[in-house]
Amino acid sequence: MAEIKNYTMNFGPQHPAAHGVLRLVLELDGEVIERADPHIGLLHRATEKLAEHKTFLQTVPYMDRLDYVSMMLNEHAYVMAVEKLAGIEVPIRAQYIRVMYDEITRILNHLLWLGASGIDLGAMTMFFYTFREREDLLDAYEAVSGARLHAAYYRPGGVYRDLPDSMPQYEASKVHNAAAVKKMNENRQGSLLDFLEDFTNRFPGYVDEYETLLTDNRIWKQRTVGIGVVSPERALALGFTGPMLRGSGVVWDLRKKQPYEVYDRIDFDIPVGVEGDCYDRYLVRVEEMRQSNRIIKQCIDWLRKNPGPVMADNHKFAPPRRESMKQNMEELIHHFKLFSEGFHVPAGEAYSAVEHAKGEFGIYLVSDGANKPYRMKIRAPGFSHLSSLNEMTKGHMIADVVAIIGTQDIVFGEIDR
Amino acid sequence: MKNLIDFFKSFLLLELLKGMSVTGKYFFARHVTVEYPEEKTPQSFRFRGLHAQRRYPNGEERCIGCKLCEAVCPALAIKIEVAERADGTRRTTQYDIDLVKCIFCGFCEESCPVDAIVETRIYEYHGENRGDLYYTKAMLLANGDKHEAQIAADRAADAKYR
Repeated sequence: MAEIKNYTMNFGPQHPAAHGVLRLVLELDGEVIERADPHIGLLHRATEKLAEHKTFLQTVPYMDRLDYVSMMLNEHAYVMAVEKLAGIEVPIRAQYIRVMYDEITRILNHLLWLGASGIDLGAMTMFFYTFREREDLLDAYEAVSGARLHAAYYRPGGVYRDLPDSMPQYEASKVHNAAAVKKMNENRQGSLLDFLEDFTNRFPGYVDEYETLLTDNRIWKQRTVGIGVVSPERALALGFTGPMLRGSGVVWDLRKKQPYEVYDRIDFDIPVGVEGDCYDRYLVRVEEMRQSNRIIKQCIDWLRKNPGPVMADNHKFAPPRRESMKQNMEELIHHFKLFSEGFHVPAGEAYSAVEHAKGEFGIYLVSDGANKPYRMKIRAPGFSHLSSLNEMTKGHMIADVVAIIGTQDIVFGEIDR
Repeated sequence: MKNLIDFFKSFLLLELLKGMSVTGKYFFARHVTVEYPEEKTPQSFRFRGLHAQRRYPNGEERCIGCKLCEAVCPALAIKIEVAERADGTRRTTQYDIDLVKCIFCGFCEESCPVDAIVETRIYEYHGENRGDLYYTKAMLLANGDKHEAQIAADRAADAKYR
């Protein structure tokens, strides 16, 4: 009788289904997972340490690069922590803009997740469809910040610039003649808000299409139903947040439980799952996209009616307007101080968390009264989700590992920081 | 009865056919892809691409060497040396941006008090050798001279928001 031994297999870090640089060491009994051991750290960039050597403003663009598929949500947690520490009042319009862009970011994240998970589990078409919608939202990103991904748009004290009144247009070329381009530009005639409103009107239809393709699809259900089941108790014990926790049926959403910015004025629902498997988490995320769409609609309505400042008027923290900076000596001094030395915040500590697309993303700042944080700690939701990989995959097949990595919505930018 | 209906739904591949009808619809729909080199996606006037140094209309370079961009740059990508010129004005003798380090956050442009350093719409550039993406003052000024019309138009469009 031959001796039977478990087989150890390496998965990643260059595996296309490993979502970045995840390396898994899988101990297999035939095709069944006995133990899954994630090895992390391949994308470590020492963001927390870097922040200790940069002024509070300079850290903002580094926040984009943590979870690089939901950029503005990371920035949001950071600027809220700085504002809490320094006691900066944010204008109401800036708060609405932040909420609107948070929800745009959430849709961006869930669309990428849906497309990538689709590809992982054999639904190629999803990727094309979700990226078509992402294109519109990335245009909204670019219109407001000048960058499609790494926006650096939120600032302590508000947002950098107000929403633009015009959208850039397609130009005629030899591929598309003037008539075709006119059609492509139809939704770009008005302001950014008009463009977004057009998107919010179209988007529920697109989500219906995704659901037609996936929700009842037998292959999708065979790959997700009953895979990676987490009970509500275990989900809480493992430190799950966001759709991972709600998929297990726990009603927990920071936007409802500890509303920040203007979420308490906005009407939306929290979807929760029942079974706690990959399929329920898929349903939760799809419904979250619909709810985000509702929130964006309400923000557009409000922003249309209420013009106003988008940056705090306190020039100890927020730079003055360019025009006054160029004409006024005192403003010029503020400008130079803010961009060279930066602002000092009182000694103390602050933790602020946002309902990130992946869960609770928090920034813990300790200040010793200098112009740089004494210590910054990032609470990344992906880290605690990945920590549970062993428990979630035990007893499943190798192919299910891909489904479970997919459902955890792993992004290594935030796990490795 | 429900089992029977479910059986027939499953047996007749109903949900797969429904999905196919969605993909089939798009088979005949207008393409949404943009054929890149021939046509381009629209670009916002706030776009942050390749850097450029600007000049005043009389040909004098704008940069006064205040080093604010060097100070604010989170990636430490800018290096500036300053000296007094023969006419007594303060100008840079060296102004280098290492585009390999640059993270394109736009803080240099935001901080510049004389609108000298700007990020343009240009995103189609490359380097073939090590050091090709180390942009010196002459290269940045050449960029600015070449695209001044577009740069000025973009700043004008954005002026009311800043």
